Amino acid sequence: MAKTTIPEEEFTYPGSTGCPGCGANLVMRYLLKALGERTIVSIPACCWAVMPGYWPSNCLKVPILYTAFEATGAAISGLRAALDIKGIKDVNIVGFAGDGGTVDIGLQAMSGAAERRTEAIYVMYDNEAYMNTGIQRSGSTPWGAWTTTTPVGTTHDFKHEAKKDIMAIMQAHRIPYAATVSIAHPEDFIKKIQKAKGIRGFKFIHAMSPCPPGWRLNPMLSVEAARLAVETHMFPLYEIEHGRVRITRKGKGLPVSEYLKLQGRFSHLSESEISEIQSAVDASWRYLEEEEKYAAQAGINE
Amino acid sequence: MTGNYASAYGAKLSRAEVIAAYPITPQTSIVEKLAEFVSTGELNAKFVPVESEHSAMAACIAAETAGARTYTATSSHGLTLMHEVLMWASGARLPIVMTNVSRAMAPPWSVWVDHMDSIAQRDTGWLQFFCQSNQEVLDTIIMAYKICESKGVMLPAMIIEDAFILSHTSEPVDIPDQEMVDSFLPAYAPEFKIEVGKPMGFGSLVKPDQYMEFRYKAMLGMKAAHDRILRVEQEFKQVFGREHGGLLELYRCENAEVVLLTAGSVAATAKDVVDSMRSKGVPVGLARVRAFRPFPHDEIRALGSRVAGLGVLDRSYTFGAAGAMFSEVKASLYNCPKRPVTKNYIAGLGGRDITPKTIERVFEDIQLVTKRGEESEVEWVDVAGLPRWWR
Repeated sequence: MAKTTIPEEEFTYPGSTGCPGCGANLVMRYLLKALGERTIVSIPACCWAVMPGYWPSNCLKVPILYTAFEATGAAISGLRAALDIKGIKDVNIVGFAGDGGTVDIGLQAMSGAAERRTEAIYVMYDNEAYMNTGIQRSGSTPWGAWTTTTPVGTTHDFKHEAKKDIMAIMQAHRIPYAATVSIAHPEDFIKKIQKAKGIRGFKFIHAMSPCPPGWRLNPMLSVEAARLAVETHMFPLYEIEHGRVRITRKGKGLPVSEYLKLQGRFSHLSESEISEIQSAVDASWRYLEEEEKYAAQAGINE
Repeated sequence: MTGNYASAYGAKLSRAEVIAAYPITPQTSIVEKLAEFVSTGELNAKFVPVESEHSAMAACIAAETAGARTYTATSSHGLTLMHEVLMWASGARLPIVMTNVSRAMAPPWSVWVDHMDSIAQRDTGWLQFFCQSNQEVLDTIIMAYKICESKGVMLPAMIIEDAFILSHTSEPVDIPDQEMVDSFLPAYAPEFKIEVGKPMGFGSLVKPDQYMEFRYKAMLGMKAAHDRILRVEQEFKQVFGREHGGLLELYRCENAEVVLLTAGSVAATAKDVVDSMRSKGVPVGLARVRAFRPFPHDEIRALGSRVAGLGVLDRSYTFGAAGAMFSEVKASLYNCPKRPVTKNYIAGLGGRDITPKTIERVFEDIQLVTKRGEESEVEWVDVAGLPRWWR
């Protein structure tokens, strides 16, 4: 059997207050395995603001700077400025925020930090809604999903707006590195984090983070859901390095229904609505492939 | 130099290490000057050009948590945008020092002075110093770092300069020697800071059986700030030969029958009026609230028990109540066995001039009210359509 490349050392202690099957637990675990002990994590309001445990306990082996909901980008800029003026080097500064804290309320501060080329890795763990407050829609909730504020009801009032494409938003900031990662592919995950660590500037990581309570998903199936998200092209694994798009896992291109049917949040969708999702996913996938081809042909930054 | 340059020099002399700021009228020349100091190497600091005031304060919080001395400056809408993170700074017990160029809130738009922005932050856990002169702005920034960074206090401070009246008006200001400031103000060395190898959480979740103790300790810090302000000012005086009046500056209050209490630059005008009235034999005095937080309750009680009338001139208004200083003053006096007659004057909002003539009329009104009792507790001064007070 091939030896795994995942570092053995753990930086998350037992005691996280995350729900059973929480994807965000694994996101933090793999992230810290990739980065090691010389890391400071700044966390705004989100599930991970409570998951390290009540004061004075802390289930992480690295220091945490908690910050206000919309302030992660500013906090990591302030941390880096302080370390720089103090001459403290070789410290990974990580902003670790949920999707609401990134694509909605925290977008401005993150945009600022990216524009200022803050030396940091910003990780958005995407559970596709405001899960810590109890499953309210966010700008990152996908089209068709049930949440408590898109409650379907008798009027078919699910989320009728598309998910914000945060990777494209960050791509437009011309940052040196952006990548999507999945808890179903820890080796790819860790490789990308280690790559980000070696690149100077602002790096963005979009981590798919299945949420059993919010997705109405069996807690035993969260890794499976993450795997199917990749296989169905709902959540493609790719990276954008200095503008160059590279798909890191093609996936089998399974029908999206394989992914959707695991989750109660999509159970109200009709077949025609599911095929609408399929068409949108297919179009996005083709676009991504074209981007990859274009980057290869144009020799961007080679 | 202008009040804004005095602020910039105060931050430079205090050797601020991280400055995160966002431009807003009339604060801009503070951060422009600091950016210049950094760019010429005169100040060894990181200047973080953030994209909002909320981020300015959030970045200062992060930098201060990592052990850097931080400074920022803002005004009006910028300050009120910071409101959430102002509470974060004090809750996290971070001795950040900030200048607020006090300016009216919109709508209607106004870039001119009043204290609404600062007063609206009174419950955020910041020490608040209202300044009367540009020299005081510079000196108070240096003193504020020393006050706030002491172990018993560990709270942030807001240095308030009046928009344009101080921020853009030049006065002679003595710039102290860097060496003297260095010996007065040692480098920031907090007991706790965020650093690798020490896996602590800063700002963790606490349960109801622990939260109150954190707040109680912050309250003790603010309480300790009272004596610390006085002690640091005495030390400052020994080194630099200047003082600015502690928490409550009293001007010619000895044997005064009535005293006007106010804050900010208008106190300078009021002192002139006191001089001229005193020269005519009218026993009046001026009290200037220098520290609004912590509020000088004891000093006001001592003053209140020996005067017959105490007028309070607020440059802001708390809707549904009165001027905030007036409410505080009345609260101070309530348990005094001997209380003066009090009356509140609201004046100078949105940069309206408060002239010597107005202050003279206020003094006359206090005298009148003291003799025959109160008619109305709160009066708006120099407002069109109010015949009694319209100039």
